[in-house]
Amino acid sequence: MLRRCLSRWCGSDEKRVDNRTIYIGHPPGLGTEALLPPKFCDNRIISSKYTIWNFLPKNLFEQFRRIANFYFLIIFLVQVIVDTPTSPVTSGLPLFFVITVTAIKQGYEDWLRHKADNEVNKYPVTVLENGKRNRKESKNIKVGDIVEVTEDETFPCDLILLQSSRDDCTCFVTTASLDGESNHKTHFTVCDRWEKEISFLSATIECEQPQPDLYKFVGRIHIYKEGQDSTVRSLGPENLLLKGATLKNTKKICGAAVYTGMETKMALNYQGKSQKRSAVEKSINAFLIVYLCLLLSKALVCTTLKYIWQNKYGDDELWYNQKTQKEKKTYMFLRIFTDFLSFMVLFNFIIPVSMYVTVEMQKFLGSFFITWDRDFFDPEIQEGALVNTSDLNEELGQVEYIFTDKTGTLTQNNMEFIECCIDGFRYNYRESSTELDGFCTTDEPISKLHEKAGREKEELFLRALCLCHTVQIKEASESSQVDGVDGLTDVTSDDQCSYIASSPDEVALVKGATKYGFRFLGLENNCMKVENRSRDVEKYELLHVLNFDPVRRRMSVIVKTKTGEILLFCKGADSSMFPRVQEEEVERIRMHVERNALEGYRTLCVAYKSLTPEEFEVVNGFLQEAKLALQDREEKLAKVYNDVETGMHLIGATAVEDSLQEEAAETMESLHRAGMKVWVLTGDKMETAKSTCYACRLFQKSTELLELTVRSLGEDSGKREEKLHELLLDYHKKAVQDRPKSKGGIYRSWSSSIPEFGLIIDGATLSLILNATLDTNANRYKSLFLQICQNCMAVLCCRMAPLQKAQIVKMVKNSKGGPITLSIGDGANDVSMILEAHVGIGIKGKEGRQAVRNSDYAIPKLKHLKKLLLAHGHLYYVRIAHLVQYFFYKNLCFILPQFLYQFFCGFSQQPLYDAAYLTMYNICFTSMPILAYSLLEQHICIDSLLENASLYRRITKNAMLRWGPFLFWTLLGLFQGLVFFFGTYQLFQNPALEDNGQVFGNWTFGTIVFTVLVFTVTLKLALDTRHWTWINHFVIWGSLAFYVFFSFFWGGIIWPSLKQQRLYFVFANMLSSVSAWLIIILLIVVSLLPDIVIGVIRQPQGPDRHHKNPAHLRGRDPQSSRSPDRPLLLRTFSDESNTVV
Amino acid sequence: MKKDNKPDNTAFTQQRLPAWQPVLSVGIVLPLFFIIGLAFIGIGIGLLITSNNIQEFEEEYTGIGDNSNCYICANNATANCKCTLNFTIAQPIQGSVFMYYGLTNYYQNHQKYLSSRDDQQLAGETYYLKNPSQSCKPYQMDINNNPIAPCGSIANSFFNDAFALYYNNQGFLDEVKLDGSAIAWWTDHNVKFSNPSQTGSNLSQIFEGTVKPINWSKPVYNLDVNNPDNNGFINEDFLVWMRTAALPDFRKLYRRISGNYSSFMPSGNYTLEITYNYPVKDLPGKKKVIFSTVSWMGGKNQFLGIAYLVFGSLCFVMGFILLIVYAKYQNVEDNDD
Repeated sequence: MLRRCLSRWCGSDEKRVDNRTIYIGHPPGLGTEALLPPKFCDNRIISSKYTIWNFLPKNLFEQFRRIANFYFLIIFLVQVIVDTPTSPVTSGLPLFFVITVTAIKQGYEDWLRHKADNEVNKYPVTVLENGKRNRKESKNIKVGDIVEVTEDETFPCDLILLQSSRDDCTCFVTTASLDGESNHKTHFTVCDRWEKEISFLSATIECEQPQPDLYKFVGRIHIYKEGQDSTVRSLGPENLLLKGATLKNTKKICGAAVYTGMETKMALNYQGKSQKRSAVEKSINAFLIVYLCLLLSKALVCTTLKYIWQNKYGDDELWYNQKTQKEKKTYMFLRIFTDFLSFMVLFNFIIPVSMYVTVEMQKFLGSFFITWDRDFFDPEIQEGALVNTSDLNEELGQVEYIFTDKTGTLTQNNMEFIECCIDGFRYNYRESSTELDGFCTTDEPISKLHEKAGREKEELFLRALCLCHTVQIKEASESSQVDGVDGLTDVTSDDQCSYIASSPDEVALVKGATKYGFRFLGLENNCMKVENRSRDVEKYELLHVLNFDPVRRRMSVIVKTKTGEILLFCKGADSSMFPRVQEEEVERIRMHVERNALEGYRTLCVAYKSLTPEEFEVVNGFLQEAKLALQDREEKLAKVYNDVETGMHLIGATAVEDSLQEEAAETMESLHRAGMKVWVLTGDKMETAKSTCYACRLFQKSTELLELTVRSLGEDSGKREEKLHELLLDYHKKAVQDRPKSKGGIYRSWSSSIPEFGLIIDGATLSLILNATLDTNANRYKSLFLQICQNCMAVLCCRMAPLQKAQIVKMVKNSKGGPITLSIGDGANDVSMILEAHVGIGIKGKEGRQAVRNSDYAIPKLKHLKKLLLAHGHLYYVRIAHLVQYFFYKNLCFILPQFLYQFFCGFSQQPLYDAAYLTMYNICFTSMPILAYSLLEQHICIDSLLENASLYRRITKNAMLRWGPFLFWTLLGLFQGLVFFFGTYQLFQNPALEDNGQVFGNWTFGTIVFTVLVFTVTLKLALDTRHWTWINHFVIWGSLAFYVFFSFFWGGIIWPSLKQQRLYFVFANMLSSVSAWLIIILLIVVSLLPDIVIGVIRQPQGPDRHHKNPAHLRGRDPQSSRSPDRPLLLRTFSDESNTVV
Repeated sequence: MKKDNKPDNTAFTQQRLPAWQPVLSVGIVLPLFFIIGLAFIGIGIGLLITSNNIQEFEEEYTGIGDNSNCYICANNATANCKCTLNFTIAQPIQGSVFMYYGLTNYYQNHQKYLSSRDDQQLAGETYYLKNPSQSCKPYQMDINNNPIAPCGSIANSFFNDAFALYYNNQGFLDEVKLDGSAIAWWTDHNVKFSNPSQTGSNLSQIFEGTVKPINWSKPVYNLDVNNPDNNGFINEDFLVWMRTAALPDFRKLYRRISGNYSSFMPSGNYTLEITYNYPVKDLPGKKKVIFSTVSWMGGKNQFLGIAYLVFGSLCFVMGFILLIVYAKYQNVEDNDD
């Protein structure tokens, strides 16, 4: 603790200096300075809020910052200070209870965070010190330490790469968990080959102070060698290995720690996780204000009337009720003020103190049901769902927009070669597939392939696959490859992990070629080696690689065969290939490509062309020239590429599947039906993303796609904004204005007459919209864009930077109506949007745990989202909404009789109920049933909720917590309060209620009202309960029994410590009166009957339906019944996608 | 930790506890309405009949107005001023009759008033006898700083009118015996209130060192001269008074008629002799005496019976309306099908 403070202190001290100097080893030539190395913070990651010592004060402070708690504290203090009718215990005890329970909950959550921190901080690392390799805990790494990291480990802090096990001074790193880019990046060592053991290095590093930008780093290193002057090298981002990144394809590296702990770039990037508040809490606050106004006006009315009443009788000092000296002395004004406060205190129970604690408990305990749910358990990773915050449970039932990452979330990021088509013949590798469509020409295994296309064409195609790519062979597995040459099966299995490429589908293609007998053996001295079917190694000299770019959407290689023939192989998207090949070739292949695309595969066409040496010379010349150009290099290259890639011969097409996550399509379909809009935000290429959208059925065949991409805006950057303007207006007309107004409003319409729209936008265009040159335009564009989006059933945003993802989420979040947004992702690049959205969901995927750690909920698979939202979310929302309304209601009818009683006791602040009842009402008598209800209620059973996604729409837009329902509950509370009071009042016109002629006093009056109250509110809940488990029975009947038992007990004993024995035998005496029984029964029934009537009338289709059709819920759903054709279509689709996965 | 393993497969954790899922259907609610309606009408009729059979006779004696008998007493503040009230009971009253006194516009439920008592003193705890609680203020101590027993505003304002009832039997006044026992709650009399005990000393000795409440004419140990056991804190009239009323218009049990008239009060003229002490004129309130028989439901109260009747009929009507709506609705449904 002290040390941390110290280091913080030093850290802040240090910030004034622009640079930090880090000493590695013992650099010579340094005086006393070296003995006092500057202090940096240690490598501890702290995400927890409290420590044992500051927990109490800090937590109390946090809790009293809540308006409600603060309010109760004030009430409590007023009761302590001012002489009020009720004792401080009545509000102090519930407050204490609330604070304690909340503190326990928060303490527990913080303990979990401590545990997670410890896991990271105690991770063992190897540190080189004076030639020795020491195992240390990660948190003990100090700045300047030399850390050794082995393959597939993540870097424990930001390191300067000093030494790599690779020969070429490089190492490969994947920053998937930082920015989501899963390709391998090359980092360089600080150029020297160290002659000596690295641990004896002495050097100083000067570098900038830590800053969050991942891609910026400036520094230099002084290396001291014995007997030599120091050498200076500059350091850049290419030398810096970031904490959180993973070492790949390199056996081990050594690096010097420069930034540690909370100063690492990763930590700086993910600090400041803001507290999310659910919409329900906002509703609660709004209701609270209403009730606060009610409270204030009640107190005001009573105070005013009190003085009017007193004036009417001359003085408030009646002969039988003299004032004390002290009271006589107090000033009028002070007296009025005290009276006002006393009334406030008397009525303060109208603000349900225990609601907060019940809500907290409900959320906390309720979230266990998510963790416990076996449906969320994934046998692969042996984990279930994880709840990081329980504050947002109900928000899961309110989601309107879902922002999903593509790679790793919708898809498994796992490309698989499905089939290819050579010269118009289909080659399906999967032997047992039974396709149903008419295109199918073959189910035969490979052995019969030869009959389909000419052998020459076939081999050409496969060679093209083997050559036209930028795949590298992983060196580490070379040895195993050599071994495996003999056995074919071994080779393939070894190959599984040996190809590396920036894009996984290139690997898939190369692997696909392997299946047909052609193997790529690697690139050696610019020579590509391919093993053909007869196991001969063919060598091709690689002359040029015409790299892929998203505008051209092609890539090519130019190779020279052994025979000297120069060949250009090109592969690319169909739309960019077809215009460049001969027409008749296209016809043969188009059919296949379209079919594959429809099935959601990523299709590529492969073409070739042979160049004569003369042609090549020309091409080569242009290429060299363009590559060396200093200005507009990109444009020039693109132009040359375009010129070269013409007049090719189409030889075939491939279909690669980025296998979708299990049940991705079904999940998306149900979410759609539940009225949610799904936006796919991905950093990926548009084509890929689009095909995934098709595969997930986000886009359908009938969907009209609106495109707002760099391509659709044209190349000319100057005119883009104009074009954008045009397009926006055009799309707006199409999607918004021309759209027939349907009753469904925002919901996706199901009738086929209305075309459905899908929008595609890319990052560049988005930033154009968000940052339009004119401010007025920016707003206009934004609103146009939003309106278009809101009318689209799915939106695809591709080529997004992580920050842009968050921007989009923010834009939608802040749009009109404030829709509830949900972000789901698995990588660190999704963290920003996970944090931005109302609810952030992390997928426990392959790309590290960043997303999971920053999410509110984490689930193992995308398919779990369906149950999480449709079942858990729906139930939580209904439960908590009912809980909130019920709480306000029960406190209103609790305190209303007390208010009315003031009119009959001379506005003297006489409480109607005994202090024990006042205190216990909320914490004992009526708290447990509603808690049980709010944990167990299933107004519709889980299976129906899952089956009928559209049930989710019933609760959208905070349906149960809007002013309408609130008014209903308030009126109900008012009605019941009036019934309770005036019913008993009428009875007490003659207080002789016992058969022996004896009379009842004021405490019996209060007790009758209170008994009616407790029974009514509990039975009201019983009426609302649709799911009676034994717990409900136990708690509801139990708390009524407890009330009776307590009343007997409380009134049965002379309590020695109490000043007043007000209730002594009041309850028992009350029960000895038949009239009391009769009035209690009457008032309970009168209070509840309206509710029953309304309940019956409200059942929209009548219960007869229920009897006729057991699955009445399905029958009641208008959407599904209206379009019988659609689900069928969808079903076939989803079934298919099931088999595909 | 647990999360690494597969979650438990219990009905509770999987939210699959067996549950009863009632639906508020018309099929259930309709019979319910009719049953409630019938039952309530039945109870209502019973209550009304009972209430109507209770005979109640009320006579005000505040003494406002010149022609009123107690006018002089009401305006003369002399202690133990006597006035008489003559009244006629037209119908003989069957059954045991209870005599109540009633006050109107008297706020016994005023918060300051109501809390001005010391239950510990009244329970006979010796310490509190001499040291009454602060809550008794301003009637905690007298001017000479002597403890008041019983302390507090409620005790101080103890109702101190006394009544004697005579039956005018052909010119001859026959005293109707009034029984003041068992008019307070049994538990109040035997448990909640008790006199401080001190072996070998009588009540007056026990209360030595305390003073009587300022408004009282007699000390607490001498409230009932006729019955020495009915003195001190357990005097039944006192107990009745200490059970504070719920509303500003209230009645309190004074006596039960006993002796010859305990089960039957013949019709005829009666004379009530009032010892007029209690001032209510300035409140302004009224004082009255009530003679009433009681039944199993207590005193006369039409409200309960009427409420049951009205609500029972309402249920019935509602049931019919629902039935009609339901029947029509079902017809429409059937046509649809």
